Amino acid sequence: MTQPLVAIEGLSAISTRDGGAPVLRDVSLTLEKGEVRGLVGESGAGKSTIAKALLGILPSTVKVTGGFIRFEGRDLLAMPRRELSDIMGRDITLIPQDPQTALNPARRIEAQLTDGLRLKLGMGKGQAHERALQLLDEVQIRNPKRVLAAYPHELSGGMRQRILIASAFALNPKLVVADEPTTALDVTVQKEILRLIRRMQEAHGTAVIFVTHDLGVVAKICDRVTLLYAGKVIEDGATADMLTQPKHIYTSALIAAGPRYDRPNAGLEPVPEAVFRQLRAEIGIAERRV
Amino acid sequence: MSDLLFEAKGVEVTYGMSKGLFGHGRPGVRVLHGVDLAIRRGETVGIVGESGSGKTTLGRALLKLVPVSGGTIRFDGQDITNLAPEAMRPLRRRMQMIFQDPMASLNPRHSIRQILTEPLFLHGLATDRRDAERQVRAILDRVSLPPVTLERAPHELSGGQRQRIGIARAVLMKPDFVLADEIVSGLDVSTQAQVLNLLKALSQEMGLSMAFISHDLSVIRAVCDRVTVMRFGEVVEEGPCETVFDAPQSPYTRLLLDAIPLPEIDDGWLTRPAPVLETAA
Amino acid sequence: MKTIKPLLREPRVVIAGGFLLLLLLIAIFAPYIAPKDPLEQDLMLGNMPPATSPGAEPGFYLGTDDLGRDVLSRVLYGSRIALTVAFVAASLSAIIGTLMGLAAGWYGGWADRIISRLVDIWMAFPPVLLSVLLVAVLGSGLHSVIAAIVIIDWTRFCRVVRAETMAQAQLDYVMAAETIGFSRSHILWREILPNVAPVLIALFSLEMGIAVIVEAILSFVGLSLSSDIPTWGGMIAQGRQMIHQGWWVFVFPLIALFATVLAFNQLGNGLRKALDPVMRR
Repeated sequence: MTQPLVAIEGLSAISTRDGGAPVLRDVSLTLEKGEVRGLVGESGAGKSTIAKALLGILPSTVKVTGGFIRFEGRDLLAMPRRELSDIMGRDITLIPQDPQTALNPARRIEAQLTDGLRLKLGMGKGQAHERALQLLDEVQIRNPKRVLAAYPHELSGGMRQRILIASAFALNPKLVVADEPTTALDVTVQKEILRLIRRMQEAHGTAVIFVTHDLGVVAKICDRVTLLYAGKVIEDGATADMLTQPKHIYTSALIAAGPRYDRPNAGLEPVPEAVFRQLRAEIGIAERRV
Repeated sequence: MSDLLFEAKGVEVTYGMSKGLFGHGRPGVRVLHGVDLAIRRGETVGIVGESGSGKTTLGRALLKLVPVSGGTIRFDGQDITNLAPEAMRPLRRRMQMIFQDPMASLNPRHSIRQILTEPLFLHGLATDRRDAERQVRAILDRVSLPPVTLERAPHELSGGQRQRIGIARAVLMKPDFVLADEIVSGLDVSTQAQVLNLLKALSQEMGLSMAFISHDLSVIRAVCDRVTVMRFGEVVEEGPCETVFDAPQSPYTRLLLDAIPLPEIDDGWLTRPAPVLETAA
Repeated sequence: MKTIKPLLREPRVVIAGGFLLLLLLIAIFAPYIAPKDPLEQDLMLGNMPPATSPGAEPGFYLGTDDLGRDVLSRVLYGSRIALTVAFVAASLSAIIGTLMGLAAGWYGGWADRIISRLVDIWMAFPPVLLSVLLVAVLGSGLHSVIAAIVIIDWTRFCRVVRAETMAQAQLDYVMAAETIGFSRSHILWREILPNVAPVLIALFSLEMGIAVIVEAILSFVGLSLSSDIPTWGGMIAQGRQMIHQGWWVFVFPLIALFATVLAFNQLGNGLRKALDPVMRR
């Protein structure tokens, strides 16, 4: 068997601010080339921490206490800064959550989109411009010339997210980390963006880590999915299996808790306290004092 | 007594309009273009739409929290469209609001006790401190929060707990009507279900009318009797939930429903072309 | 107790506050602490160096000035004027500026337009020049110095309070208070003001530092008090002329001035952080 693109092994981390509270507990998962992997969970599950660890942008308040993140066999956590910065932005890129703040409001789109092309690929101004036009065309922006000359505030949220996707795929990365990329968007725009990410991912053969709290989104875009709770992997497997035959009681409770427009009384079944008790017992979290 | 509690006809709201010193002010941006809405007693009406649809503005117009530039709003038979703020004040108790962001809607400098008891005294709903304390403790118990919560400040509570305080504050007033504006959009699914359950139970117990504003059609279906679908400041479709969700008439409603990802495998969903929608002129 | 605890956890508040408290005690008890009468001249003992230097006169720890007055006693007495001016001037500026700022920020409209224009015009004057001019017109003396500072610096409070009030007014808790039916003035005093207070308190501390400096400047140019009342600014002016004969007359009041202003600034910044209900844990 060939080696996986990403192999996270026994990754543990604590928060230095919360008196050393664990934020990741012995997390292991692998990502094959070209697959879309969902990281799903409620707030505090650690999904975003994993994404940040992959991008090498963990906040200073989070300290890794054990484990490895192997990218093509090389441990990202032990890598010298220089090598890491070669990989980040080139082999591993990010689609951020909030298209409103992810673009610099004072710079034109062209400057921001061509940064990576010029810095990492050493393209000249004209060449980068041509490539940028191509990229915008690829993410189905109709008048790329005008958009390149625009400032972020002149564009809609969906348009900005398209630009960020173009930017993420600009250097043909091997891994794109999408951190809740549709949470801030309207549903109709969300669908277009999901479709676009999937198409770009297939066209470029890129693997995607897709962080989300929405099991519906997972169902539509992820090949495999990892469900986390309090920094621990609860369930991991093919998306279809998890949704139709969940192995863990938390998984099925979570699916049942989500409301559905096609069922009149769905969504009013809170995850039972007993399930949380069981989870805490399994993970080894002390009972909360009220 | 009419069956209707709230009746809005042709409501228009224009933001940023100014009269100007010499007669020619700015015209402003119209965000509601003649909206009709009827809410019966004891009924929960969902107001759904994407950003820019005017759903939040409509909710605020009902409560006269934004100036209305056209149309009429009747509350319990009384025309409140042009009621002065002083004349509105006695009615305020009867129409309450629960906010999207419970952190922002609870004064960070006040204790939960202050937040819950002060309105009781304002409207003469409590005879003395003891009575207020008794009512507040009862409502806390109803929203499943321990009495120690009263000593806490808003930032010391979790998101779900804060939203329960928001609900408690609203129902303590014994209102006839509650406006709930995106109240679960900041919550996790497991917490969201608890809050929705609580709200639904309370509205049934108290015979409340509710306007439930949300961008999420699934949440609307879970709690509402009727639904109003909005787009660009106009009502696109209105009707009982079963009709609108099971047999939507408007292409826009169909587009919205189609865009919602359900947690089930549907390989064609992503690539299937969306229902065609004629763009608004 | 609940509000004091977090303050004590902020080192800047403890250190700077402790220093200022000490200074306050010195100012109050100066007659008991000061080793000599600050006004007592003895030309035989003029220009004596501080205690550690060769040729020092025992009992004059920080040396004497050209008239033989004890520098230590004069520095200690100088804190009385400095703190009086700081407290009175900052209080009056704060009261005037806050009232204007709250009115402009909350009621808006004409009140805001008039007050904002007034502030704009005020700000166009160079402050030090204006204060020198004012004291020249009002006549020198403590009252004039305080009046000059207040007349110039109320705008600082006004601008900050107005901006903060407007920002707070946008938050949902203000709309929540409105939906409960509280009056406009109740919302301003009970809901908004407590949230503006942290910024106000921090600014008040900074302003006391500024007032100390302005008083020193006015004393330096001889516009504050008659030269026989010890002030730091007056001493610095006097010491500057004889810096080659005795640096100590110049340096010690300067250190006192520097330390006091630094303490006020640090206290202000520390308070701002410690009083934030969300940031404190």
